[in-house]
Amino acid sequence: MTDPLIKIEDLSIGFTAKGGRQAPILRGVSLELCAGETIGIVGESGSGKSTVALAMMGYLKSGLSVFRGSAVFDGHNMFALSEKERARLRGSSIALIPQNAGQALTPTLKIGQQIDEALQLHTDLGRADRETRTVELLEKVRLPSPEEMATRYPHELSGGQQQRAAVAIALAGNAKALLLDEPTTGLDVTTQAHILEFLRHLAQDLGVAMVYVSHDLGVIARVADRVAVMYAGQLVEEGLTRDVLNVPHHPYTRGLLASIPRLGEPGIPSSMPGVPPAVGSELTACAFADRCAQVREACRKGVPDLVDLGTSRSRCLFSNEPAAAQTTALREPEIRNDMALSLDNVAISYSQPGLLDRLLNRPTKTPTVDRASFTLQKGETLGLVGESGSGKSTILRAIAGLVSPRAGSITLNDGESLTAPVSRRDRETLRKVQMIFQNADASLNPRQTIAEILSAPLQLYFGLKGQAARDKAKTLLEAVRLPERYLDRFPGQLSGGEKQRVGVARAFAANPEVTLCDEVTSALDVSVQAAALSLLTRLQKENGSSYIFVSHDLAVVRAVSDRVAVLYQGRICEVGPSAQVYAPPYHPYTKTLMGAVLEPDPDTAPVLLADDMTEQAPPASGCPFQRRCPRRLGDICDSTLPPARQLGLGHVIHCHIPEEELDGDALRVAQSQDLLPTG
Amino acid sequence: MLNLLQTTVSKPSGAIGLGLTVLHVLIALLAPVIAPYDPTMQNADAILLAPNAEHWMGTDSLGRDVFSRVVHGGRLAISVTFAAAVIATLWGGFAGIFFGAVGGRVDEYSMRIVDAFLSMPWLLFLLLIISIGGAGPATIIPTLGFFYGVAILRVVRGAAMQVATRDYVTAARARGENIWPIISREMFPNLSDILLVEGAMRWSWMLLAFSSLSFLGFGATPPTPDWGLMVAQQRSLISTAPWAVFWPCFALSTLIIGINLLADAIGKALGLDRATAIAV
Repeated sequence: MTDPLIKIEDLSIGFTAKGGRQAPILRGVSLELCAGETIGIVGESGSGKSTVALAMMGYLKSGLSVFRGSAVFDGHNMFALSEKERARLRGSSIALIPQNAGQALTPTLKIGQQIDEALQLHTDLGRADRETRTVELLEKVRLPSPEEMATRYPHELSGGQQQRAAVAIALAGNAKALLLDEPTTGLDVTTQAHILEFLRHLAQDLGVAMVYVSHDLGVIARVADRVAVMYAGQLVEEGLTRDVLNVPHHPYTRGLLASIPRLGEPGIPSSMPGVPPAVGSELTACAFADRCAQVREACRKGVPDLVDLGTSRSRCLFSNEPAAAQTTALREPEIRNDMALSLDNVAISYSQPGLLDRLLNRPTKTPTVDRASFTLQKGETLGLVGESGSGKSTILRAIAGLVSPRAGSITLNDGESLTAPVSRRDRETLRKVQMIFQNADASLNPRQTIAEILSAPLQLYFGLKGQAARDKAKTLLEAVRLPERYLDRFPGQLSGGEKQRVGVARAFAANPEVTLCDEVTSALDVSVQAAALSLLTRLQKENGSSYIFVSHDLAVVRAVSDRVAVLYQGRICEVGPSAQVYAPPYHPYTKTLMGAVLEPDPDTAPVLLADDMTEQAPPASGCPFQRRCPRRLGDICDSTLPPARQLGLGHVIHCHIPEEELDGDALRVAQSQDLLPTG
Repeated sequence: MLNLLQTTVSKPSGAIGLGLTVLHVLIALLAPVIAPYDPTMQNADAILLAPNAEHWMGTDSLGRDVFSRVVHGGRLAISVTFAAAVIATLWGGFAGIFFGAVGGRVDEYSMRIVDAFLSMPWLLFLLLIISIGGAGPATIIPTLGFFYGVAILRVVRGAAMQVATRDYVTAARARGENIWPIISREMFPNLSDILLVEGAMRWSWMLLAFSSLSFLGFGATPPTPDWGLMVAQQRSLISTAPWAVFWPCFALSTLIIGINLLADAIGKALGLDRATAIAV
């Protein structure tokens, strides 16, 4: 083994708490990274994964200081250098690729100018040389027509292209190591899969080392040679990705893997009870002891050491013991043969045709959502999946009455129309439809206590006030398994998972018939997500509410849905029982989406079909998926609306390809295969 | 609240701002006790005396004690402008949140009217109103309150538009809440910070405006001791008796600087950036 490029030894970083106590965020982390190697750092929020990655660049977030240990990069002791020397190394030898490239690029400068800026800073090339180098860099990150790309502004690029441009800027200084902090979080699965393939190839071609920080084990499995699992500021397990994911030794790693929903398995994954120790708290026992199913007396006697097990290192006293069986809880939905909600040919458009357009008889813009029809039975969960911009949230907003459909009808079971906006619905109709929002942080008013938040619907729908409302709020908190003392807390004092529980409790305060779940778990850690999913399932059983569950995560939708509708650019491509939608034959778009899903399985790889491209307005005629479809038939796709093919009971695929020719191939291939399409 | 105060004074600029503002308000309240002479008493034997042991800031052209006049000089200005600032914050804040919450055409059309008001040379307009309605506080307070309220409206409306797009407001709308609970329960608590800072800032601007009015002869009327008026009356003697002009200017500037620093520090303590909060 050659000398490591990055070597972190016994590194402890933290802040000084009130009273002068040293509160550690990182607790004695040791890690090595060789040139050309990729390490994935994984953990929940607050586990210290970003802190350890930034420390490799010699960077500390403000307020933090190094208590102990060192970080050596390419022979430089990063924390012993002066700020000026560190700044010189950053960017030229080690570069950071930010989480959100769209925000990290300057909107008023062309891509070429931004790369040129980095070149001026890190190299002494002349103007002409820099221009050639800019094009080379854009070629290297596989952006199509690099000369032309250099003259574009960031907003003219798709999300995936922006991320590539950010990589090109990072590469301008000939970095030996790239630091990637959740670079694909928030991107669509298809874009994410493309970016990851690109990064893998980049690392191989250029021999750069990569530090990849992510909460997503599926992503790590795809890009990293080695994986480091962080928990409560400690390294709890580390080793080759294949070894760690196939045979996890630490109970936390096992729990993490078990809490990830899989495409192939219906049912709610098992969740880990409890919460990690508070950031900066004193550790006197195994940090995971309180949440561990296999905890013993010895675990509470002291902090366990990282034990070398040959293939990997694990911080558990009982690493070699067989794991307890992890189970997924199968949902047992109680679907009644009674309609809860139906959408009939709904079209939604955000822009109204102006007066001038009407006078000049200009063609109206294609609506955001068109011909959306589906039904929802009582007690049933319908999943809506699709990429961003597929109109899945727009449909929810129309059902909630926040936007009005331009055509079609939305009706509740008793024939009550939901086509009218919120302002024209009566209170009883409003009560029947409730929404749970994606981001509990934003959907709970930061200036209201939990009691006030839960009282609002109670007062509005049931006229409950004062003590009566408070008592009811208490039972609602109990239903979502939160203690009564939370009533007088503010949302800021709750963890992410707890906030989402309050959001769920607020929706159920109305005792709704239809609950609209808009990406409710996408902001949560996987272990918390599993708990939130089982909470929703339990509440559905208790209240008999029907769910419409919107998510970009196909595995999550698979876990909770009875039926699934796949949307592309506001048009339904396929709808049917989940077992059928998630099995061949597939609609070409369904296959594209599912193929791009990353699973924490180091032996298989996703299948990349459609190109990653800039989103355009939906086509005026023909199949919505015509531009990206890997199985395009020809002109018929552009001109004629695809027929609705009945494949089974309630299973409809909108495609020109005849049923028997629809794809039945496997979704995943062996890891070794080269997947990256050229260009 | 106590916490906010602690954070505000933790920086020197906040402490200085709070100190200056409180000092000026105290002086104005206790003026009759502090002032050694009657501020309107003329003394023909002590005309234009330079600062000395008896008259710390000298005397003016009518032999009045400048120190006593400076001490009294803020009373009218501070009380009139404070009342106007409260009115401006209340109506501007309310209307701003309302238009931000309602949005759409109502907001669009109202903002054009606001634009029209903002583009008026307000000082001339003020003079016109005062020349019709008379120069008493009964005219000046509502007029200042209205004009500065328009500016506050504009700023608060901008902030309210942002709050109106937050999910908790969307949640309330989806729930079917009326506009009033949305404004009072969901939006106002998240905008009160901006209102506080805006109100304080406008107060300092109004002080300057009121003093300008007095200087022009439309604010305080002689013989009332007032900083603006004092400067106006003594300005021809600035080369021979600079103290009669300097001290009222000094008092006015320190108060305005104090309020500005204080508003800035409160804004920072609340996590607001004035550069982004103030759009007008």
